[in-house]
Amino acid sequence: MISIFQIAYKNLLRKKTRSVLTILGISLAAWVLTSLFGFNRGYELSLNKDIDNLGYQMLVTAKGCPYEAATLMLKGGTGLRYLKQEVAEQISKEPEVEKITPMVMQAIFDPNKGESGGIAAYLGVDPKTFPQMKGFLQFKAGSWFTDPDAYEAVLGYEAAELEQREVGDLLLIPEKNVELRVVGILSRTGTQDDGTIFLPLSTVQKIFSVKGELTGIGIKLKKETDISGFEERMYALPDVQVVSLSQVKNTIMTLVSTAKVMVFSIALIAVLISIMGVVNTILMSVMERRQEIGILKAMGALAKDIFRLVWFETLILCFTGGLIGVVLALGTSKITDLLIRRVLPYTPSGGLVKIDSLLVVFTMGLISLVGLFSGLYPSWKAGKVRPLETIRSEVE
Amino acid sequence: MMKNSSHLAIEAHDLTKIYYRGSEEILAVNRVDLSIEEKQFVSFVGPSGSGKTTLINILGCLDNPTSGRLDIFGKNIFDEGETLTEGKLTRIRREIFGYIFQKFYLVPTLTVLENVILPFTFYRKVGAEEDVEKVLKLLGIDHRKNHLPGEISGGEMQRVAIARALVNKPRILLADEPTGNLDAHRSEEIGEILRELNQKERLTVILVTHNLGLAQKAERIVELRDGMLKRLQTDG
Repeated sequence: MISIFQIAYKNLLRKKTRSVLTILGISLAAWVLTSLFGFNRGYELSLNKDIDNLGYQMLVTAKGCPYEAATLMLKGGTGLRYLKQEVAEQISKEPEVEKITPMVMQAIFDPNKGESGGIAAYLGVDPKTFPQMKGFLQFKAGSWFTDPDAYEAVLGYEAAELEQREVGDLLLIPEKNVELRVVGILSRTGTQDDGTIFLPLSTVQKIFSVKGELTGIGIKLKKETDISGFEERMYALPDVQVVSLSQVKNTIMTLVSTAKVMVFSIALIAVLISIMGVVNTILMSVMERRQEIGILKAMGALAKDIFRLVWFETLILCFTGGLIGVVLALGTSKITDLLIRRVLPYTPSGGLVKIDSLLVVFTMGLISLVGLFSGLYPSWKAGKVRPLETIRSEVE
Repeated sequence: MMKNSSHLAIEAHDLTKIYYRGSEEILAVNRVDLSIEEKQFVSFVGPSGSGKTTLINILGCLDNPTSGRLDIFGKNIFDEGETLTEGKLTRIRREIFGYIFQKFYLVPTLTVLENVILPFTFYRKVGAEEDVEKVLKLLGIDHRKNHLPGEISGGEMQRVAIARALVNKPRILLADEPTGNLDAHRSEEIGEILRELNQKERLTVILVTHNLGLAQKAERIVELRDGMLKRLQTDG
């Protein structure tokens, strides 16, 4: 016996080009959908990971643009505005504070970086507090600085690869003509720390002549502290801007949301177009086969049998299209990641597109649902064909 | 005129079918009284528009009459003014009829065998599956069973359509212009097949045709004109 599924499949083979084009339309919609949902998930996960890996819950910077502050907190920046080092001492005395770590970020143009030069950034960190705050950092080779005033550098994993330095090598700071000895290379973290060059805080202040100045203070608060209350108090300090992790997250998500809305709209349009494509394909196929459907009914097929047959055809188209779309999304996730990085103002360091089995099942379910919905009208129309009409039109 | 109803395949009384084309009333079948015996081979002839296809559609439960009564194998199907739903008509058709039409309507992507057993997907009489090979042999298409319809001749395609109509063991075979798409030689072959099915398989066969030569294969010819039976000819 031949199953209704086999008949549906073989019916689709009759007009191969039409079926392939419809499947292509659906797969494009599924591709966009999967990539979009993958991005939605991946971006937030990576952002959370980046924030967790900061080691502190709050960053105090000099008053300025909040977006700049957010970027500084997550990715590093030149930090054109400075805080006085006394502010750090003042904050450390607050009862809610568990730990603080002062930082100073400096960046200069390095003509030897890349093909046409680039910005080299140096983060001055306090050798006493920074390693405690970032307890998860591990060394591939070497260790932290030997002395708080040493002319030494610790390189992130990617920074070491880019500079092609190993422990014991010298590292020249361009323009300043100062040489530092590489004392440690960090293991890969998957965060912005991988691309950072760490120096002792006082060494950066000396080299760049910013003694007593800071670009940021990382703060870790005691458990059960009222963060918003503390934040309010910090704002009372003159010329200080406080950026909390939730704020940073919200700021970035707001920036990204515009892009998301756009992509969501495109995905929605793609799904709508593919629904129209499916309805059109199946309806045309039903119209072309009216007489044949009539014969099937004369042979004993009930309206529900014909409905099922046509519905199966729709499902096969949608399921195949969905499967191809998901495979495409999986196969091109790296390229999608790169493209998103070019478009968005800020991207976290981890993978931006995360497609897991749950998402695959969800997308396939959604596309199949689209198929079920798209197939309703053509299937109903086919089920209503009367064998008599077939014979009449044959006679005519 | 009326036979013992226990031997009748079809018994129609006062069957009438009226169509409306806009406001125009068309009397396609006009108060037809007709009996067809079980295992009889009957041909319906008549000019175009005489109502033979409309009549056969009602006899074959493809359409409801406007009025009149129809009994099939002694069971009342249509009574005065009663209209059956498409689902009920389908259930009657499944049990009693096999249909052959002018066009073959074979699914081009299914093999000959798959086309023949296609009705099983929707309905299968007990034991019907075991006779598929026999039907294919009877129609001389068993060697073509793995071919696609595009690979066989028109005559063979009509044989496949006949096999498809026979596979569910119908009690009445309805053939509406089955040779309309075939040349004289193939038409003759199909006529012989229908006669053999009637004589050897003892199947009731109702044939509608313009082809008088083909009609004469039947033991009885019924002529229709303007929706009415004109002449009942019994051929030896």
